[in-house]
Amino acid sequence: MRVNYLVYILISFLTFVSCKGRIKEEKDDKIITIKGSDTVLPLAQMEAENLMKKNKEISISVIGGGSGVGITALLEGTTEIAMASRDLKKKEKLKFREANMDVEETLIAFDAVTIIVNPANKVSNLTEKQIEQIYTGEIKNWKDLGGEDLVIVPYSRESSSGTYDYFKEKMMDDKNYTSDVLSMSATGAIVQSVSQTKGAIGYIGLAYMTPSVKKIAVSFDEGKTFVLPTVKTAKDNTYSKSRPLYLMYEKGNSKKVNKVIEYFLSVEGQKIVANIGYVPLK
Amino acid sequence: MRKKFQKFQEKFIEGLLMLSGTITSLTVVLIIVFLFNEGLGVFNNKPIDEGYILAINKSNSVKKLSALQIKNIFDQKIKNWDKVGGPNEKIVLINIDDISDYYTEIQLGKDFENLHFCINDYINKHKGVIAFFSESSLPKKFLGKVINIDNIKLSEFLLDEEWFPTATPVAQFGVKPLILGTLWVSFGAVLFALPIGLFAAIFLSEIAHKRVRNILKPLIELLAGIPSVVYGFFGLVIIVPLIQQVFDLPVGETGLAGSIILGIMALPTIITISEDAMRNTPRAMKEASLALGASKWQTIYKVVIPYSASGITAGAILGIGRAIGETMAVLMVTGNAAIIPHTLLQPVRTIPATIAAELGEAGAGSVHYQALFALGCILFIITLVINLTVGFVTKGKNQKKH
Repeated sequence: MRVNYLVYILISFLTFVSCKGRIKEEKDDKIITIKGSDTVLPLAQMEAENLMKKNKEISISVIGGGSGVGITALLEGTTEIAMASRDLKKKEKLKFREANMDVEETLIAFDAVTIIVNPANKVSNLTEKQIEQIYTGEIKNWKDLGGEDLVIVPYSRESSSGTYDYFKEKMMDDKNYTSDVLSMSATGAIVQSVSQTKGAIGYIGLAYMTPSVKKIAVSFDEGKTFVLPTVKTAKDNTYSKSRPLYLMYEKGNSKKVNKVIEYFLSVEGQKIVANIGYVPLK
Repeated sequence: MRKKFQKFQEKFIEGLLMLSGTITSLTVVLIIVFLFNEGLGVFNNKPIDEGYILAINKSNSVKKLSALQIKNIFDQKIKNWDKVGGPNEKIVLINIDDISDYYTEIQLGKDFENLHFCINDYINKHKGVIAFFSESSLPKKFLGKVINIDNIKLSEFLLDEEWFPTATPVAQFGVKPLILGTLWVSFGAVLFALPIGLFAAIFLSEIAHKRVRNILKPLIELLAGIPSVVYGFFGLVIIVPLIQQVFDLPVGETGLAGSIILGIMALPTIITISEDAMRNTPRAMKEASLALGASKWQTIYKVVIPYSASGITAGAILGIGRAIGETMAVLMVTGNAAIIPHTLLQPVRTIPATIAAELGEAGAGSVHYQALFALGCILFIITLVINLTVGFVTKGKNQKKH
């Protein structure tokens, strides 16, 4: 009986040690982590899958969370590549400089910030100014926009999102969102919520578009012409809210990540960009 | 020899037990110290981005602006200086990124070497100006006036009503809506889970047939093993639309949805612990009660429940504890709008959801990061207070009885 105790302790100790060994083994240098923007996420997943199929030596793990999360992870060294749907902020540039890190931003595709509403909503055109007023809380009912008498429920992303910042800067004249905006932690959640809430409005990346929600045509010239966001209108810049999508990595790390970046930019990689629903570079 | 070995073995096991105890207590203390150390740092910082300043024209009599006033100025809600105690002058906003709109490239210089001069010139020319720029471009002979921004104060942190941790130029750290959101959701969850849990426990321990209990109890315990993301999905797809229809609301993502999900998640804890406590009621006591002519219900009400009161409270506390600290499920169903809730039918943002959603982007050591840790401290204090109160109440009760 007593000897048993010792045996138990010994066994548990051994398990512990062997587990530790295994964890170390798994933290192999060969795994490349790509982390950040939810907008880039579906694209990066598809690219990573195809690359891994082609090249069995490379192993990639792709994690979302938002551009801010990816950039912070890059700064703290917990990811090799950060995905971002916005440029580096001044504050972030300063931090990279402080940490003595030289960051390379590689443009991989373009996206159009797409405004979506519930399919049951009659409104299908909005001007830039009206969108700003919705998100700053000045317009609160669809009837002020030519729709039915229905409270507007604006959905936004969390502040970690690149789209959150981009939208605030470019659509809202850098004003703050109203406090009663609902913030969702993922773009998919916005699509889900807008599809089941009648008065909802939200913004997403073009690739997240599904038939369960309706795109809004936006006017950038105070109501003269309205443009629907599509790959075509984003490409020829008639939908002027198209924005660059980036992969960011530290220059000192470029040897390790080069294959991935090159694949994103290759003919095959750019084909995937178009398949997913974003705008290829050429 | 054998005896010696046995003695050694006992000592060894004793030591091992003591070691585990010490390690656990030390871990708790370390976590608390770490939490408060990081969290209290927020009060040594200014809400403005490090290395940046706000400046105004020299003739402007305004010396200080609160974080909220600055936000309203930059949101163009305050448009005149007389609203913040200054002269009657229209406010002119300038961001240093836009300075190339006002000065030509030649004026600014190729590498912005004349930027200092341009800032000086612009601030001097416009009486109502407020400019936001980095300290490094502050001219040596500055003709304007730098605005004083106070460190974040505890009272402002707790009582301000706006939470915009990434707003520029000045972040807003008002945690009142978050605290109230957490309390509302948890309170709703308890209101919903406590009676149901208690009734289920009574049913399981006193009324249910043994065979029924043997099926039901493992099932209920299984509820505790479902990952919270699954609860969140269930809530988002089933409960949220249901609430929206039943109450005819513009939006179903409300505090109530969070309460219901949390209530369901707290149920297994409440039921299992209270049921165990009730089943521990000595058979003799119950039989005595029945022998005196009390009905089954009277026995439950007068004997079983009072006897197991401390167990029931323990179950309730642990249940509430889970409700207050739960992150993922709540994050998915409450809508996360940082407003002060007046009913459970409004979207709310809770403290754990805020920490989970924002910690990833807040760089270690930044003001935002520290503010999130301070939120963690508040959460810790709330749970501590609840535990102490309940402990105090049950202790008083027990002493009266015995």
